Amino acid sequence: MKSSTYERARTPAEAAAAVGRQQGAKFLAGGTNLLDLMKLEIETPTHLVDIQDLGLDRIEKTKEGGLRIGAFVSNTALSADARVRRDYAVLTRAIQAGASGQLRNKATTAGNLLQRTRCPYFYDPNMPCNKRKPGSGCAAIGGYSRQLAVVGSSDKCIATYPGDMAQAMRVLDATVETVKADGATRAIPIADFHRLPGDQPEKDNVLEAGELITAVTLPKPIGGKHFYQKVRDRASYAFALVSVAAVIQRDGSGRVSFGGVAHKPWRVAEADAALSLGAKAAAERAFAGATPTEDNRYKITLAERALASVIDQAKA
Amino acid sequence: MSLKADLEMSRRGVLVGGTAVAALTTVPAEGQAPRPAPPAAMPVSLEVNGKRQTLELDTRTTLLDALREHLKLTGTKKGCDHGQCGACTVIVNGERINSCLSLAVQHQGDKVTTIEGLGSPDKLHPMQAAFVKHDGYQCGYCTPGQICSAVAVLDEIKRGVPSHVQADVGKRPTASNAEMRERMSGNICRCGAYSNILDAMTEVAGARA
Ligand SMILES: Cc1cc2nc3c(=O)[nH]c(=O)nc-3n(C[C@H](O)[C@H](O)[C@H](O)COP(=O)(O)OP(=O)(O)OC[C@H]3O[C@@H](n4cnc5c(N)ncnc54)[C@H](O)[C@@H]3O)c2cc1C
Ligand code: SF4
Repeated sequence: MKSSTYERARTPAEAAAAVGRQQGAKFLAGGTNLLDLMKLEIETPTHLVDIQDLGLDRIEKTKEGGLRIGAFVSNTALSADARVRRDYAVLTRAIQAGASGQLRNKATTAGNLLQRTRCPYFYDPNMPCNKRKPGSGCAAIGGYSRQLAVVGSSDKCIATYPGDMAQAMRVLDATVETVKADGATRAIPIADFHRLPGDQPEKDNVLEAGELITAVTLPKPIGGKHFYQKVRDRASYAFALVSVAAVIQRDGSGRVSFGGVAHKPWRVAEADAALSLGAKAAAERAFAGATPTEDNRYKITLAERALASVIDQAKA
Repeated sequence: MSLKADLEMSRRGVLVGGTAVAALTTVPAEGQAPRPAPPAAMPVSLEVNGKRQTLELDTRTTLLDALREHLKLTGTKKGCDHGQCGACTVIVNGERINSCLSLAVQHQGDKVTTIEGLGSPDKLHPMQAAFVKHDGYQCGYCTPGQICSAVAVLDEIKRGVPSHVQADVGKRPTASNAEMRERMSGNICRCGAYSNILDAMTEVAGARA
C-alpha cells in the first residue's frame, strides 16, 4: 500500500473541501472496498479524509413521509431498521444478500453505492483495463467474461456494477444528496447516479471530485410485496451473477431492477410496464438491445427465470 | 521513509515499469499528486481486551497488523488480508468486523475484543469450550476468527438483526441451523469443520436460550 496522510473531518462541508483541495485525496468510510483496492495499489490516494465523525449515521423521517438515510449508516443498521424492514423490505433483503456479516457491519450506505466493479481484469494490474488505466484497452473483451455485462456496455468496457443494495435503491426511486467542495448541494435521482461506461469507463458515477454523499433519501412507501432474488455461484457470500429487485403490487404491476447485468442497476420503464404480462414479456423489454458474449449469454435466460420465480412468489 | 521501504519501493518500481516508474518515488510526474514522504505516522489509542493501549503508527497500519505486530496479540490471524476469509475477525464496540480491512487510526477510542479477550486457557469462554468439545476445527488457523464471529452471531440473533435466509424480515430471527450457517458464511474453514462449528454454536445458543 502506498503511503497516505489521514485526517478526520468534523463537518460534511469541511470533508468535501478537504478532498476538493488536494489532488489525490479520497473520502474514507468503512474502508472495506477502498482499503482492499489500496492494498493492490489499484487505488493510490495520497490523503484520506475519514468521514466517521460527520454525524451522518442517522436514519430520519422526511417531511414527505419517506426516510433520509445518512451516508455513514452501516449496511447492518440500515437493513435492521424497523421502518425499513416494514416499508422497504426489498432494501433489507438486498443488503442482507450481499457480502458477509463482518463486512456489512463496517460497510456504509455511501461506500456501498460507490463500490467498484469486480471485473477480474480490473483487479489484475498486469492486464489492460480502461477503467483502471484509461486508454490501456479492455482485457475482458474477448477474454473471460462470464461475470460481466450483457447490456449497456461499450467497446471500451463490459464491466458490471457489482452491488446489491443499489438495486433496491433503484426500484425505490431513491435520491442521492451531496455537498460539493465549494459547499453547493444537489440531489441526484438514483437513476442518473451510476453511469454507463461509454467512452469513459473510469467514471463509475456522476460525482465530481470532492463531492461528498451526505444522505440517500427514500420517497414514501409504495406498498406491494418486496423481493430480492440473487443468483450466485454459492448460496452465500458471493457476488451476483444475476439478481432481481422487485416490488410487485396486488394487480401484478410493479417495478424491477436487474443486478449483475450492466454497469448500473438495470431498470427499464418498458419492462416495468410489461411486468403484469409476465417474466418473458418484461425480460424481453429489459434486455432489448443486449450485447452478451458467448460466455455470459446465459445471464439473460437466468434473469428471466429469476424474475419468473419472483412473480410466482408474488402470486402465492 | 525508512531505508528498507525506500529500497523496496524502488525495486518494485524497476520491476514494474523500468526506471521511469522508479523515478516516480522521488519526482512526481506531471499530473500526479506528490506523495507525502516520509510515511505519515499518527498516535492512536484504543482499548484492547479491556486495556488502554497507545501506539504511534504508520497510518497505513491495519487494525489487524496493529494487534498482531505491535501489540503481539497473535491470536487474531491473517488469512487472505482482503476481507474474504474471516480469519481476522475481531469484535469492535460490540460488532464483528474484518480487522484486515480497517486502518488502526479509524479506531481511535474504540473497544476491541480479540480471541485473547474472550477467554484464557484456564477460563475458557463458553464458545471456546464448545469448540473444543465439538471439535470445531482441524488445523485451527481460522478458529479465532470463527469463535469471535460465532459469539457475535449469537448476539446479532438476540438483537434481532435480520438475515438473507429469513422468510419474513419483519419477524425476529431464531438461532436455527439455517440462520447460523448463513450468518457464518464470512468465515471460511479450509479443513471444512463447518458442521462441528454449527454443533458448538447450537450448544451455546441452546444454553443461553
Ligand atoms: C469479500 C467481499 C465480498 C463482498 N461481497 C459483496 C456482495 O456480495 N454484494 C455487495 O453489494 N457488496 C459486496 N462487497 C462490497 C461491500 O459491500 C463494499 O466494500 C462496501 O459496501 C463499501 O462500503 P465502505 O463504507 O466500506 O466504503 P469505502 O471502502 O470506505 O469507500 C468506497 C468508495 O466510496 C468513497 N466514499 C465513501 N463514502 C463516501 C461519501 N459519503 N461520499 C463520497 N464518496 C464516498 C470512497 O472514497 C471510496 O472510493 C464485498 C466486499 C468484500 C471485501
Ligand atoms: S471490462 Fe471494464 S473493468 Fe473489465 S477489463 Fe475491460 S475496461 Fe477494465
